[in-house]
Amino acid sequence: MSIWEYANPKRFMQTSAVILPWVTVAALVALVVGLTWGFFFTPNADKFGSTVKIIYLHVPSAMMAISAWMMMLVASLIWLIRRHHVSALSAKAAAPVGLTFTMIGLVTGAIWGEPMWGTWWAWDPRLTSFLILTLFYFGYIALWEAIEDRDTAADLTSVLCIVGSVFAFLSRYAVLFWNQGLHQGSSLSVDKANHVSDVYWFPLLVCITGFVLLFVTLVLLRTRTEIRIRRIAALMARERME
Amino acid sequence: MIALLIRDLRLALRTGGGFGLGLAFFLMVAVIVPLGVGPAPATLALIAAGVLWVGALLSSLLSLDRIFALDFEDGSLDLLATAPLPMEGVVMIKALAHWITSGLPLVAVSPILALLLNLNPAAYPWLMLSLAIGTPALSIIGAFGASLTVGVKRGGLLLSLLVLPLFIPTLIFGAEVVKRGGEAVPLAALAAITLGSWALLPWAAAAAIRINLR
Amino acid sequence: MLDLGKYAGAVIGSYAASLALIAVLVCLSLWRNARTKRTLQTLEARVKK
Repeated sequence: MSIWEYANPKRFMQTSAVILPWVTVAALVALVVGLTWGFFFTPNADKFGSTVKIIYLHVPSAMMAISAWMMMLVASLIWLIRRHHVSALSAKAAAPVGLTFTMIGLVTGAIWGEPMWGTWWAWDPRLTSFLILTLFYFGYIALWEAIEDRDTAADLTSVLCIVGSVFAFLSRYAVLFWNQGLHQGSSLSVDKANHVSDVYWFPLLVCITGFVLLFVTLVLLRTRTEIRIRRIAALMARERME
Repeated sequence: MIALLIRDLRLALRTGGGFGLGLAFFLMVAVIVPLGVGPAPATLALIAAGVLWVGALLSSLLSLDRIFALDFEDGSLDLLATAPLPMEGVVMIKALAHWITSGLPLVAVSPILALLLNLNPAAYPWLMLSLAIGTPALSIIGAFGASLTVGVKRGGLLLSLLVLPLFIPTLIFGAEVVKRGGEAVPLAALAAITLGSWALLPWAAAAAIRINLR
Repeated sequence: MLDLGKYAGAVIGSYAASLALIAVLVCLSLWRNARTKRTLQTLEARVKK
């Protein structure tokens, strides 16, 4: 099995049709188990009270928000280098999913921040970086929507994704620098590794798996939609020719 | 190359709004902000560096869509693409012309506006230096954004959406230089961003233009 | 029943908000998928004739 085989949309459609139901079920099971376990069957933490349960949404979605952009970057490179059509479409399909995860990360963070830090929003480096990531997602999606010719759109968004990755990375470091300058010594961000004990770790792991599988499911589904849209456009063009 | 630069500069001057519009906008920002924030000198001094940098960002954004759009519409961009000058060179020249018409005047008038915003006098040289180092990065990043949206009709709004996030590192380091009175780290970072952008983005922008002309 | 203490609002709120966002995304994806599938089927049937 190699990814080059699936540059052929037909092969991709066949294989993904077989895989999709399994991934969907696996994602559902992992999410239901992980979130139920986390919500009902974990103790409250000393410092956080019951808000610790938010971690099962906050951490996986934040991880996936970044991973989704990475996946888009890889997919864009594959498209630019080898003209792998399905790859370009999968990058397009992943963007709204990544954006949603970013928003979940921000919203749960805000709701968590209000009781813990006494504020919905602070210009903490991590929060700011996430807000900037949201802007990059918006720009990427807007560029896809704006360009009519599909191959041109795939090319230009890929270029944007690559350049955007570099600048997103730069922004991350710029923001770290900028924030240290403002509040020296007062770090708001919670060092998660120090707090998490096994009781929280295992359900968290299940939730992370669930979010990964959810991402795969949605990207497969949305890529299939994009391929169909292409096919519709091609058929309609052919009809007009006749 | 020089002929192209002169042509672009002349076009910017004749169509109006080359030097004038960007500058007027910059001035406008410096006047509007105290009206909104209140006249307390201490508050203004605190935010002056940031306001001037944001103003520089927005005013360089104003003229970005003209970098390639007019040439794309009348076909001269196709001519330039077939000319012996590589597209990377065209991009650099056009970004340079954009900087001369929008960035350079800002550097020149920034002390006057800093006076309006009650910036600490010790920070004046750093303001000018940071703008002089940083605004070229804005021009080349903007040229990249413009090359992406050149084929889009009424792409102005889209262009700002794409370009503003890319401006963030420049903005942060630029404003930090002024606030910290020229510490070495932000200054070096700002210079690195400018040099890096000028070295790498022309390739990306040229690729995007070729794709758009296809 | 589960005791969420004084932070019940925050916990339930964040679960509700997240699940709502995911639900919107899933519904939109499914809806668009179904719609394009239908269009494609009618189109392919017409082309084959």
